[in-house]
Amino acid sequence: MNPYQPYPVRIEEIVTETADRMLKTFRLVFLKSEDSDSFQHKAGQFAELSIPGKGEIPIGIASSPTEKGFIKFTVNKTGLVTSHLHSMKVGDIIGVRGPLGNWYPWDTLEGGNVVIIGGGFAFSTLRASIVYMLDNRDRFKDIHVIYGARSPELLLYKAELAAWEAAGDIKMHITVDATSDPNWKYNVGFVPTITEEKAPPADPDTYAIVCGPPVMIRFTQPVLDKLGYTHQNIINSLEKRMKCGVGICGRCNIGDKFVCKDGPVFTLAQLNQLPSE
Amino acid sequence: MKVIKISTQNWSEGIAKLRNEYRLYAPVKKGTGSQIKELKPEENPDLSLKLSRFSPKSVVFPQSQIMFTYSLDENDKDYNLLKEVKVDSTPRVVIGLKPCDASSFGIVKRNYDNPDYQDSYWMDSYNSLTLVGCACDEPAATCFCLSVGGGPYNETGLDLLLITVEDGYLVKVITDKGKNLVKIAGWTEETDFDQFENRQKAAEEKITSEIQTDRLKELEVNDLFNAPIWEEMAFSCLNCGTCTYSCPTCWCFDIQDETRGKSGIRMRNWDSCMYPLFTLEGSGHNPRTEKLQRVRQRFMHKLKYYADKYDSGIQCVGCGRCINLCPVNIDIRVVCEKMNDYQTVNQ
Repeated sequence: MNPYQPYPVRIEEIVTETADRMLKTFRLVFLKSEDSDSFQHKAGQFAELSIPGKGEIPIGIASSPTEKGFIKFTVNKTGLVTSHLHSMKVGDIIGVRGPLGNWYPWDTLEGGNVVIIGGGFAFSTLRASIVYMLDNRDRFKDIHVIYGARSPELLLYKAELAAWEAAGDIKMHITVDATSDPNWKYNVGFVPTITEEKAPPADPDTYAIVCGPPVMIRFTQPVLDKLGYTHQNIINSLEKRMKCGVGICGRCNIGDKFVCKDGPVFTLAQLNQLPSE
Repeated sequence: MKVIKISTQNWSEGIAKLRNEYRLYAPVKKGTGSQIKELKPEENPDLSLKLSRFSPKSVVFPQSQIMFTYSLDENDKDYNLLKEVKVDSTPRVVIGLKPCDASSFGIVKRNYDNPDYQDSYWMDSYNSLTLVGCACDEPAATCFCLSVGGGPYNETGLDLLLITVEDGYLVKVITDKGKNLVKIAGWTEETDFDQFENRQKAAEEKITSEIQTDRLKELEVNDLFNAPIWEEMAFSCLNCGTCTYSCPTCWCFDIQDETRGKSGIRMRNWDSCMYPLFTLEGSGHNPRTEKLQRVRQRFMHKLKYYADKYDSGIQCVGCGRCINLCPVNIDIRVVCEKMNDYQTVNQ
C-alpha cells in the first residue's frame, strides 16, 4: 500500500457558496466502488485533494459519514491548487487521499451536550459534524450551533442553515459581524459576543467544538473560560502547512505531535501541554 | 572470536563477484572529500577514506525521488491519473559505511515505518539493502558516537563489520543477510581473532568529544521551548540548511509536481526546517517566521521531541557532520549542553 496514492474521483457537482465566489463546494464521486468502500471517514477528518500537475491540498471533509455515495469539500480559493480546482468543471477527474487525521471525539461526545462554535470557512468539518449528529439525534442531548461570518453573503451552506434553524432539532445562533440588510432576522455581533450570550452553561457533559480563524479562537477562549468550560471540554481543530498528511514528511509538528496524524483535533488541555507554535 | 579473513586479492575477486548480484554503493573520492555513491564498473570501494561529506541516507532516501508519473493529454486513457513509480528494489549493498551512519537507518525507520503508515518508497529501498560497515579506527575530533549509544566498532544496523588489517580485512558476520553476502563473494576462510576488544578500545579512546543527554527527557518540553537560550544559539545561523542536508537522521521532504508538455512527475525532494517556506501556509500565516523559531525546531526535534516520542534516545548518531560543515560554527554539542543543563527558575 502506497500512502501517497490518491483515489481517482469525478467532480459531480460544484456549488458556489459565497457572494465573493471565493468558496465553492465540490461533491465528488469515486470512480471505483471499492475505493468508496475503503474511504470510511468520521466527522472532523480531512483528506488531500490531488490535482496532477498542480499538487495536493489538505481540506476538511464537509460531508457526514452518514451521507452515502459521495464526499464533499468546501474549498477557499487561495493558492495554486485551489485556484486550479476553482476553474474545474463538473465531470473532471481529480484525486483524493484519505481519510486523514483524527476526528472529533464522538465516543466522548455521545450522551452529552455539544456546542459548535465556528467562524468563516472553517465551518466545513462542522457541517459534517452537524449532519452526523442530526442523523444520530437521539445519541446527543442539547446541540447548539454558533456560526458567524463577516456578512450574510459569506455564510456557507445557507439553505441548510435555514433548514436547521426551522427544524428546531438544534439551537442555531447564526451571526454576522455587520449587515445593512433590514430584513436580517438573525444575530449581529462577533462570535465571542454571541457565544457569551447564547452558549449553554458549563457542565461536565457539555463540550465546545471551536473551529475558526485565529482571531475568533483567541477571543472566544476567554469567554469559554468565563463561562466555566474546562479545557478538557474545549475541542479545537488545527491547521498547518502539510504535504504527506500521514505524519512522515515532518513539517506540521507542534512539539512531538503531527497535526496531520495526531490531530487535527486536540482538546485545549492537550494543546496546553504542547509548545505554543 | 570467529571472523572471516579476506586477503587483498580475495577482496578484489569478491567485489567482482558481488557486482553480479548486487548494485554496489561505497565511498569514493570526490574533490577534497568523499561521497558514498553507486559504483561504476571501473570504480572500487575506497575504505581508507574519512567520513563522507554527505551521509549515505541518499541511498534509501534520494535527494529527489519520482513518486508518480501522470499524463495531462486528454486523449490518453490514463489522463489525469497518477501512476506509481516503484523503487528499484533489486539487492544493493553499501560497502564501507561507518558504524555511525549504519545506526542512522534504525533511527529514521521509526518515522518511515510507523504502526499506521509505511512509506513504501523508503521501505522497499531499505529492505533491498545489505550494509557492510567498516570499523572506524581514526575518529575525528568532532565525533561523539559513544555518547549516543554508538561507537567506532558498533554493529547496530549492520549486516557485516569489516576490520582493516595489514594484508586485507577481517569480517564479522552479524546477520543472515551478511552471511549470504560473504557466501556470494566467496569469502570463506574462517579464522580466530583475539584482538577485537583491544582494537575497539583503542578506537574508542581516540574519541575525545562527548555530550550529556541524561536530563533531556525529564525536562518539561515547554520549559526547554521557552528557555532563554535560543537567541544566542540562533544568532549566527544563516538558515542555509547544510546541517539538515548533511545529517544522516534528517528525513523531512517536500512533494512537488513538475510538468513538461503534457506529461509530468510528482516527486519528493529533501526539505529543511531551516527554510521559512517549510511552514508557510496558504493564508500567509507562518508559525516559524523567525530564524530563532526554526533553529529551535531543529534542535528541539532532534534532542527533545524525538526522545519523548520514541523513548529510544535522541535523533543523532554523533557523526559530527553538521559541526564540520556549518559555515558559522553552530555546534550541536553546545546546544545539547545548554538544553541538558537547563535549570528552570524554581528548581
